[in-house]
Amino acid sequence: MNAPNNVSRRTLLTGGLATGFLLAFHLPLRAAGNEPVQRDATDGKFAPNAFIRIDETGRTILMMPQVEMGQGVYTSIAMILAEELDADWAKVDVQHAPPDDKLYANPVFGLQATGGSTSIRAWWKPLRTAGASARAMLVQAAASQWGVEPASCTTSKGEVAHAASGRKLGYGALALAAQGQTPPKDVAVKDPKDFVLIGQPLKRLDTPDKVNGKALYGIDAILPGMKIAAIANCPVFGGKVGKVDDSAALKVAGVRKVVVLDDAVAVIGDHMWAAKKGLEALKIEWNEGPNAKISTRDIWDDLRRASEKDGAVAKSTGDIAKGLSSGDKFEASYELPFLAHASMEPINATVHVRPDACEIWTGTQIMTRVQSEAAKAAGVPVDKVIVNQHLLGGGFGRKLEPDMVVAAVKIAKQVDYPVKVIWTREEDIQHDVYRPVYRDQVTATLVDGKVSAWKYKIAGAAVIARWLPPAFQKGVDIDAVDAAADMPYDFPNFHVEYVRAEPPAVPTGFWRGVGPNNNVFAFECAMDELARKAGKDPVEFRRANLTKNPRALAVLNLVAEKSGWGQKLPPRVGRGVCVQPSFASYLATVVEAEIDDIGEIVLRRVTSVVDTGIAVNPDTVKAQIEGGLIFGLTAALYGEITIDKGRVQQSNFHDYRMMRINETPKIEVIVVKSGEAPGGIGEAGVNAGPPALRNAIYAATGVALRRLPIDRKLLAAGKKA
Amino acid sequence: MHMATTLTINGETKSFDAPPDMPLLWVLRDILGMTGTKFGCGIAQCGACTVHVDGKAVRSCVLPVSAVANRAVTTIEAVGNTPAGAKVQKAWLEAEVIQCGYCQSGQIMSAAALLAATPNPDDADIDAAMAGNICRCGTYVRIREAIKHAANGRQS
Repeated sequence: MNAPNNVSRRTLLTGGLATGFLLAFHLPLRAAGNEPVQRDATDGKFAPNAFIRIDETGRTILMMPQVEMGQGVYTSIAMILAEELDADWAKVDVQHAPPDDKLYANPVFGLQATGGSTSIRAWWKPLRTAGASARAMLVQAAASQWGVEPASCTTSKGEVAHAASGRKLGYGALALAAQGQTPPKDVAVKDPKDFVLIGQPLKRLDTPDKVNGKALYGIDAILPGMKIAAIANCPVFGGKVGKVDDSAALKVAGVRKVVVLDDAVAVIGDHMWAAKKGLEALKIEWNEGPNAKISTRDIWDDLRRASEKDGAVAKSTGDIAKGLSSGDKFEASYELPFLAHASMEPINATVHVRPDACEIWTGTQIMTRVQSEAAKAAGVPVDKVIVNQHLLGGGFGRKLEPDMVVAAVKIAKQVDYPVKVIWTREEDIQHDVYRPVYRDQVTATLVDGKVSAWKYKIAGAAVIARWLPPAFQKGVDIDAVDAAADMPYDFPNFHVEYVRAEPPAVPTGFWRGVGPNNNVFAFECAMDELARKAGKDPVEFRRANLTKNPRALAVLNLVAEKSGWGQKLPPRVGRGVCVQPSFASYLATVVEAEIDDIGEIVLRRVTSVVDTGIAVNPDTVKAQIEGGLIFGLTAALYGEITIDKGRVQQSNFHDYRMMRINETPKIEVIVVKSGEAPGGIGEAGVNAGPPALRNAIYAATGVALRRLPIDRKLLAAGKKA
Repeated sequence: MHMATTLTINGETKSFDAPPDMPLLWVLRDILGMTGTKFGCGIAQCGACTVHVDGKAVRSCVLPVSAVANRAVTTIEAVGNTPAGAKVQKAWLEAEVIQCGYCQSGQIMSAAALLAATPNPDDADIDAAMAGNICRCGTYVRIREAIKHAANGRQS
């Protein structure tokens, strides 16, 4: 895996985590807005930078550096560019940018990656500048044509106007002249009070084609002469192919070829049905290797042992030893399971390996990394790999990995036609790159009803060390401890440690919500237990500890009001709260749930208040919180991947369950008006659901759950913590 | 063994060779090139592959093509030509239901079949008709709202 070579070396401690882990890694913006564009790529167009193309009809193409996987980023990024450009929104189209880290690297990662709720935060300034710069060039072109001062011209809806003389020219008419202008050195962006697009709930640009079957995801690629492959990866992690008897498979009608790789076997057919039937007809002997003994039970034993060790210090303020030596002491550990991503679009990639090139059709969160990994697998130079980006049918972090493309390239290398490799749902769930198991230990003391000391130790896999090695410094995975080090509360003595504990053989990676999804669960569960120990109402107790965080306090206060916090509820119905600064947004959530006598859970109502700073598209913000809550609540209610004999035991939606519409509560999301810089929004809701639900169960039953998914057996009537 | 099969899809007669046990899903996608209908699970657990057969919502991933010969199949590509389908599509856009959109062909097909049979569904009707369709992005709140909106639109 190639790492960016110039990630800033600002470490955790010097960089601080106040606004989320990734902002500690800001890269210098190389391209951002003013990279010259080759003339031949812009023939007949105004192409002032890597993001904007305007043709002579005024049609405005905005190049999307971030991928669309449902989070609405094609619309919100287009809104940012169009706002500063003063484009005519009706003439705006978006196009996916090609793989090119020089032009389109996400400034946070130094890599063209979409993840970590970074898109809007990372691109807010560079894209505003790009839009403003292009606008200035259009104004210069018009002003020089009219012989007037640029400052006397105004722009609106794709036109430059000179009020004094009543003249107007559309951007299309100015395109060629503007292309000859020099981009301004410094350009002012708008005062937010002058925004006409940003802050409006504009309709998404990608949805009209999603109601009629026209939208094309990676799995929808169709090419002349293309065949379809189904794949069987070795069921045991790290195992290899032994013997393959393909005699029956090759007799299946429509089967063209059987491809044996090192660790997988694929059957290529005229269609998926032939490929799947062919795969079923194969007799494969696997060399399972040493991992055939691995089980989640052993992994948990190892993790619990590892978490007792001292960790690398991520943050320490006050005097933790002294703080822990007095007051009313509390200790607890919280445990989270392996999780699969299970995006609705199963894993797939289409590849055509030609003698001198390799072409790929897929939906990925990491275009340039896919390109470089495919180049290695195909044995061609990187510039001979063409990546055609498609819409993603969900990403959730799974498509931050290139493994499915690499496997598809290896298969496609064996034939001269294009091959679409489709993973069945079973392969998708059993060969994921899983959200790691985590164990978070909290030791705290209470003095006068407030937290005096908080020692927090996180143990789990270091995804960052594998995925972005330069960001792994001094033994601390800044993602795994992100929200732990950036808690909303003001504790006089505060200490965070990290123990790297890699589960053997199980591949682990980013899962929507990333590091904060274990941190927020642990600290918000612990806060509820501490409140009870202090004899305080959970909201009241949090307020008392939120002395230096007005944005967190404000969302907490509003959610308490909107959710009816404190109002009487029937027996075995409870409300639970969660407050979090996540991805530079602030979110407070109340879940109201009923627990029946056998421990089954009915979600009655969820209320969330979010302060994400300037909400570029407030309806998208609401949608992301609604969907994020359901994603997180699904994990709390059902999500667990277990391993036995080195194999994942779950396989499809019957045993890796998803929340359905009949289980979905009423959800109210309130977006607070704010003038702060925009925060991330795609993942905050995910992390709010589990602790708020768990705390509602705690309120309703008195049972203090410390592990997910929720174990109903512990919740039957009459059970107590 | 392949055999010649004739289907009526979206009002057009289509003839092709396919094994009789081949699910309609893969016929649509891999033989006819109609990719609006999605593969999600292959075992009728998620509803991404939902189409209409004689107006009823069915999971095409487990429906052998031989079972639909001489019956009318409607897919997402043409559901907008039915009154209920058109209302559902419109309501989906007005409520801005969709996120990634991958499951939404199936959601829209299920909702259109519901409204065609039950013009004014209550919450229980919606649960019964839609619980077979998983949305991983979690758009359920808006799906419910959009179905009610589409139903009200029908009355006016």
